[in-house]
Amino acid sequence: MPNKPAILAEGLQKHYGKTRALAGLDLFAEEGTVLGLLGPNGAGKTTAVRILTTLLRPDAGRAEVAGLDVVKHADTLRSRIGLAGQYAAVDENLTGYENLEMFGRLYHLSGAMARRRANQLLERFDLVDASRRTVKTYSGGMRRRLDLAASLIISPPVLFLDEPTTGLDPRGRLAMWEVISSLVADGTTVLLTTQYLEEADQLADQIAVVDQGRVIANGTADELKTQVGGERLELTVARGGDMDAAVQAVRPFSSGEIQINWDRRGLVVPVTHGAQLLSAVVRELDTAQIPLDDLALRRPTLDDVFLTLTGRAATTGELPEETPADRPLVRSSR
Amino acid sequence: MNISNLRATSSLKPLTRPSLYWTFADALVLAKRHLIQIPRIPEELIFATIQPIMFVLLFRYVFGGAIAVSGTSYVNYLMAGIFAQTVIFGATSTGIGLATDLQRGLVDRFRSLPMAKSAVLTGRTISDLVRNTFVVFVMWMVGLLVGFRPDGNVLSWVAAVGLLLLTSFAFSWISATIGLLVNSVEAAQSAGFIWLFPLTFASSAFVPTESMPSWLQTFANHQPVTLIVNAVRGLLLNQPNASTILQAIAWCVGILVVFIPLAVWAYGRRTAR
Repeated sequence: MPNKPAILAEGLQKHYGKTRALAGLDLFAEEGTVLGLLGPNGAGKTTAVRILTTLLRPDAGRAEVAGLDVVKHADTLRSRIGLAGQYAAVDENLTGYENLEMFGRLYHLSGAMARRRANQLLERFDLVDASRRTVKTYSGGMRRRLDLAASLIISPPVLFLDEPTTGLDPRGRLAMWEVISSLVADGTTVLLTTQYLEEADQLADQIAVVDQGRVIANGTADELKTQVGGERLELTVARGGDMDAAVQAVRPFSSGEIQINWDRRGLVVPVTHGAQLLSAVVRELDTAQIPLDDLALRRPTLDDVFLTLTGRAATTGELPEETPADRPLVRSSR
Repeated sequence: MNISNLRATSSLKPLTRPSLYWTFADALVLAKRHLIQIPRIPEELIFATIQPIMFVLLFRYVFGGAIAVSGTSYVNYLMAGIFAQTVIFGATSTGIGLATDLQRGLVDRFRSLPMAKSAVLTGRTISDLVRNTFVVFVMWMVGLLVGFRPDGNVLSWVAAVGLLLLTSFAFSWISATIGLLVNSVEAAQSAGFIWLFPLTFASSAFVPTESMPSWLQTFANHQPVTLIVNAVRGLLLNQPNASTILQAIAWCVGILVVFIPLAVWAYGRRTAR
C-alpha cells in the first residue's frame, strides 16, 4: 500500500492554439519523496508545473497536490505550495531582505513574522552578508538561493522546482543540490524538472521521462539507466591492430554484450564502475599489443535515454514554453 | 550552509482576515515595493522630473515669447499644461512596470501566492499615483521659480491637484492595458508613449486651440487632455468653470470604467498562457 500521494496527475492535457503541450500526462509522487521530471526543452515540463501550481488550467484531466484539486481548490492550495522558477523570479531592485519580507507579507504573515522569517531564511541560505544589497548585484547562484528561500517562506509541504540549476556553473549547481537534498531530508515533497539525467540521478527518488507532453518512462534512476545501458567503454582500434584480439582482451571487463563495428574498428563495451576498470583495461590492451586511436568511458546522457526510448535525438520537438530564447539547449554530456 | 530544521520553525501561520482586507493590504505591499525602488533606478527618476523641467524651460523661455495668450502671463497659462502632460506621461510607467514583471517571471510568482490577484494591478497604479503626486509637487516648485503665480485660494488649488491625480490614475489603467497586451517591455515603452504625443500637443496644454486649423480644433477642443488642462487652468487661475471640470471628471471616470475591466481582462489573458 503506497503512502498518500502528495502529487497526483491524471491525463493532463493542454493545448496552446494548435500546439499540444501536454497530451495526457500522468504523475504520482508519494509524500516526502522527490519526483524528477526529465525531458528536453519543450517536452511540457514547465506546462505541467504551471498546472500543478495553479498558474494554468488544464484543458482536460485532473490533478491533486497535497490532497487538493488544483482547479477547484486553487486558492487554498496556494498556501501549501512553494514554487521556484527557472529564471529567478525575485525583484532585482529590492534587497534580498526586502524581497523575502515582501513575499512573507504576500503569504499573509504578520509584519513581525515576515521580518523574522526573512532573517531566518537569509541566514540559512548563506545570504546574510548580501541581505542589504539589491539583488542586481547578486551572482547567479545567490539569486537562485534567494529564489528558493522565497519559495520556502511558509515551509510548504510540497515544493516545485522548475529547472533549479539551469544556467548555474558547476559549483553553484553542487551547492543547489546540497540545499535541495537537505530540504528533502526534512520531509518536503519535491517535484523537480530538469534537462540533466545526472541531476535527476542525484536528487530524485522517482524519475518520469517526459516527451511531447506525456510520460514515456518511469522509474528510479538505476532502472532507467539499466534500460539505457549504463556505462560503457568505447574503443577505436588503430589500423593494423587485431580486432579479434582486442575483443578477447576486453571481454573479462564487460558486463554485457560487446558491440563490434568492423568498418569503423570500434568496440562498445558495457561496464559497471568503469572508472575503476579503466587502468586495468589499458594495461590489458597494452600487454596484448593492441594499438588504440581512441578510448573513452561514457555514461548514459539524456540523449541516450531519449535515443533508447524514442529512437530519436532529444533536441527535436520544440514546443513553446515560456522560456527565454537564449536558454541552453538540451545537453548533458559528460 | 546550515538549513536543517527549516520546517521545524515555530508557527508560520498566516493571518486570517476578510478577503476585502487583503485586496487593499496586498496592493499596499506591492505599492511599497515599487516606491522603495524609485530612488534606486535613477533613469526613472530623471525621466519623471528632468523631462518635464526641460519642457517648462523650453516653453517658458524658447517658445513662450511667440505664443499669445489672453488674460494672464504665458507661464501661468503653461503650468496647467505641464502638470497634465507630466502626470499623463508619468502614467506610462504603469504599463512598462507590468510588462517588466511579466517578462521576469515575477507575475508567475505572485500568482502562485495566496494573495489578492487584483493587487498586481492596483499596487502598480497606486504607486504610480504616489510618484506622480511627488512629481507634481516638484513641478509646482519649478513653476514658482520661473514665475508661475497661481491665483485664487488654496482650496481650488487642492481641487486642481486632485483632478490631476485622478487623471494620473485613469491614464495608468490605459497604460496597464497596453503593457499587458504587448509582448515585450520595449513594445510597452513605445506603444505606451507614442499615442500620447498627439494627445498632449494637439490640446490646449501649450497653446490656445484657437491658433490651430479648424479641423484640428474640432479634435483638440473635445479630447480629454484639453478638458483636463482647461479645468486645471481655471482652478489655478481663479476662473473655475463647473462645466469644464465636470466634463474633465467625466472623461477620467469614463476611462476608468472602460479600462479597469479591460486591464483585468488583459491580465487574465496574459497569465492564462
